[in-house]
Amino acid sequence: MNYQELVFALQKFWADKGCILAEPYDVEKGAGTMNPFTFLRVLGPEPWNVAYTEPSRRPADGRYGDNPNRLYQHHQLQLIMKPSPDNIQELYLESLAAIGIEAAKHDIRFVEDNWESPTLGAWGLGWEVWLDGMEITQFTYFQQVGSQDVKPVAVEITYGLERLAMYIQGVENVYDVEWAHGVTYGDIFHQNEFEQTSYAFDLSDEDLLFDLFEKYEAEAVRVIKLGYVHPAYDYVLKCSHTFNLLDARGAISVTERTAFIGRVRKLARMCAEVYLQQREKLGYPLLKKSSEVSA
Amino acid sequence: MDKKILLMEIGTEEIPAHAMPGILNQLKTLAEKSLTEARIEFGEIKTLGTPRRLSLLVSDVATNQADVEEEKRGPSAKIAFDKDGKPSKAAIGFARGQKVKPEDLITRDGYVYAVIREQGKSSAEIFKTLLPKIICDLNFPNNMRWGDLDFKFIRPLRWIVALFDDEIIPFEVANVTSGKISRGHRFLTIRNEELGIRNGLNRGEFEIAKAEDYIADCEKNFVIVDQNQRRDMIAKQINEVAANKNGVAEITDDLLEEVLYLVEYPTALAGEFETKYLKLPAEAVITPMRDHQRYFPVKTADGKLLPLFITIRNGGKDYLDIVQHGNERVLKARLEDAQFFFNEDRKKSLEAHREKLKTVVFQEGLGTVYEKTERLVKLVEKISAMVDVEASNSIRAAKLSKADLVTGMVTEFTELQGIMGREYAKLDGEAAEVCAAIDEHYMPRFAGDAQPKTTAGKILSLADKIDNIVATFSRGLVPTGSQDPFALRRQALGIVNLLSGARWSLSIREVVELAMDLLKITDKVGREKIQQEVADFMRLRVKNVLSSSTRYDVIDAVLDDVDDIFAVTLKAAAVEQFLKTPDSTKNVQSFVRVGNLAKKAESTELNAELFTLDAEKVLYGAFAAIKVATDELVDKKDFFGALDVLKKLSTPIDSFFDSVMVMDEDLTIRKNRLALLKSIDNLFAKIADFGKIVQ
Repeated sequence: MNYQELVFALQKFWADKGCILAEPYDVEKGAGTMNPFTFLRVLGPEPWNVAYTEPSRRPADGRYGDNPNRLYQHHQLQLIMKPSPDNIQELYLESLAAIGIEAAKHDIRFVEDNWESPTLGAWGLGWEVWLDGMEITQFTYFQQVGSQDVKPVAVEITYGLERLAMYIQGVENVYDVEWAHGVTYGDIFHQNEFEQTSYAFDLSDEDLLFDLFEKYEAEAVRVIKLGYVHPAYDYVLKCSHTFNLLDARGAISVTERTAFIGRVRKLARMCAEVYLQQREKLGYPLLKKSSEVSA
Repeated sequence: MDKKILLMEIGTEEIPAHAMPGILNQLKTLAEKSLTEARIEFGEIKTLGTPRRLSLLVSDVATNQADVEEEKRGPSAKIAFDKDGKPSKAAIGFARGQKVKPEDLITRDGYVYAVIREQGKSSAEIFKTLLPKIICDLNFPNNMRWGDLDFKFIRPLRWIVALFDDEIIPFEVANVTSGKISRGHRFLTIRNEELGIRNGLNRGEFEIAKAEDYIADCEKNFVIVDQNQRRDMIAKQINEVAANKNGVAEITDDLLEEVLYLVEYPTALAGEFETKYLKLPAEAVITPMRDHQRYFPVKTADGKLLPLFITIRNGGKDYLDIVQHGNERVLKARLEDAQFFFNEDRKKSLEAHREKLKTVVFQEGLGTVYEKTERLVKLVEKISAMVDVEASNSIRAAKLSKADLVTGMVTEFTELQGIMGREYAKLDGEAAEVCAAIDEHYMPRFAGDAQPKTTAGKILSLADKIDNIVATFSRGLVPTGSQDPFALRRQALGIVNLLSGARWSLSIREVVELAMDLLKITDKVGREKIQQEVADFMRLRVKNVLSSSTRYDVIDAVLDDVDDIFAVTLKAAAVEQFLKTPDSTKNVQSFVRVGNLAKKAESTELNAELFTLDAEKVLYGAFAAIKVATDELVDKKDFFGALDVLKKLSTPIDSFFDSVMVMDEDLTIRKNRLALLKSIDNLFAKIADFGKIVQ
């Protein structure tokens, strides 16, 4: 199964289970959780079932394309279901079968992992799912996001696509993964990995990045005060990525770190609060729709 | 009366392994308490558990509650009956309220009583509310909501089995209705699929007909529900697999206990890794294996690490080769990472890494870790001088002690702090004692861990711990209740055990003074507060350590001044030994009599010429004769020797009290006699407060 088929199979599986399929969001981010389809949509009482792939950038994890396992940018397949279905673990295991991983032939375990994102003011309880000792999925019941209680609870399932593809294809090096038609992961991303890592560790302009952070922050505040959540949230994402770049550069001391994280968290909370007000004003359209469907 | 078996299985999504032992204990306590309160007799309570189930199994449970008879007091007899002895309105009202007939009221001690007899209900009836209450009363370190429920539990609750022999106890918790359907192993229960799904059961579900079949039914469905049975299976399998590979598995209790609650049906298997990774320090290989992958390391009979690991699969023996290969791949990637960090770290000496500590904050508002290492240098100099040992190795170790915190290896595997420092120092050619001290200064790392062995390790450990305690206290963060984020209690306990083990006398107060100077704590009131808090904090640890071996009254008697901890432990031992000597009861009585009156003394100023009575002259003489010798023995910390001398005062003291009136009308004489008693009492007080000894 090539990488592309893997993605198709998972998308098809979850689409059949009632999820809408969405596209990746076009602002840089560290994880699929930061996509507004997760961060904003898990808030409030409206039902929400979505699956999408997400390129996730983690500047500090870059290895110039030299490491067979670590990447500046990796890909996630992210699934959100709100409220969390009672049989979600069984559905998840079925989804593995859909990509050729039959549980009976492996050792699959749900190992405690309590997820927390201080930047997003978010936390949840759940597991890392281990496949023969390898973490392949993050499985989380969100309890709070944007410092707001998530109610009903949304479940987030995040598949690490490169790892799954490596496992399924039996390759030891991520760059050898076949994406499709004989084109490898390395053909597509190796140069990007080298350049992005070089930029993050060696070439970025600290002064510019600090300056950008301040400006993005100010713009996020200005726009959220006008009540426009989505453009404001884009700037929150930009703040977060800029912070990650500064962090990778070693430009932020341990003391400053906490303060920077606190600044982003505050912005995220403002967006979450305004989003909740906005949905309430709109009369929770998806809630109405779901009661119409079930009626 | 009939006895039955009660079974409740709470089915959940995977519960965190570390929480399981605590939850099972709690479940047992709650069940015991609830059954007792409900007056339902029972035999033995067992709690069993796997990642997906918490089970309660109670034997010999009575089918009915015990009956009760209760008396409720009503109005006084005077009010309750009229002249003719007939019940008054008050009595009738009271009887109605208690649901008894007025003529059934009894009179005793001037009051009427209603005797209420309550017949015990059927246990099955009681369980309908008792069992769900037990579930709701369970407390967890972390709990969560799921779906659209407000109910909180450690992980989502998915099924409940509640059986009293073969009778279902019906109730509902968190939208789950109890019944007799359980779920087998996630991946091994294909049997009912093969058999064709019957009775409307879903995949993996099975029916428990009778509570007594529970453990056997689970096993048929590939769930070893009894953790003790499972633990034995795991340990046995690990040893067999290791023996097959001519190795010895290193089974640590923590890891075994964790793995135990990660699997419902264990199968051990071995995997291999390339020998090239054995060139890394052993801990750098074992840590990713054990702490990150939950593998058991395998060693040769003489303790050398083998390129092998053992993992416990949650499942059976089929397709073990696939599982093995997968695990080998993961470990290879982890070891490759470790190799990468190790090589990167080795591009610089440990001393060169130390520079980067200037960017690492120690504690909020208390500067960097680099500054901390500078304080440690000063502290080890001082402590070395106090206990009279050579300081150069501990000074070097203090400088390097925290440098590994900024290495790639420790950033990745934080549990290797100190250990990588030791290894990198060795490779840099540092002195052996310096290397050892870098590792040892963190000891004890957990309750029951070893103490530092080298002198430099001991000195540095004391310095680091005292600096941590003073720094944290200076921020107002004295540990309270369960709040002890820096594990200061463990550190203080480490200090007590270290000092008594090393037989080192030193003044904690003096070290704390220097630590405060170095932390630039200048406020005089604040400094005295910290001194007081540290002394109180240490006192509790000393008490804690002594309590395992010493009488509690003896501990109380020696705890007044804990500045020199080693001396306190010696005093406790001396007093205990003294209390076992002949005549100790009488001697202690004499000491206490002195102490009681000495409290009235204003000074110890003596005028020997004022002593006129024989008994007081004799006592004064005896005191003068032993004072110097006692002081010398106390200085040498021969406290038993000192007590042995002091007991010579016992007879003169008794004669003194028999024939001398201390509280003489002449104030000068009275003062002089009190001063004598006070002077004697001061000698006792150097060892213990004998007033606290319970005879």
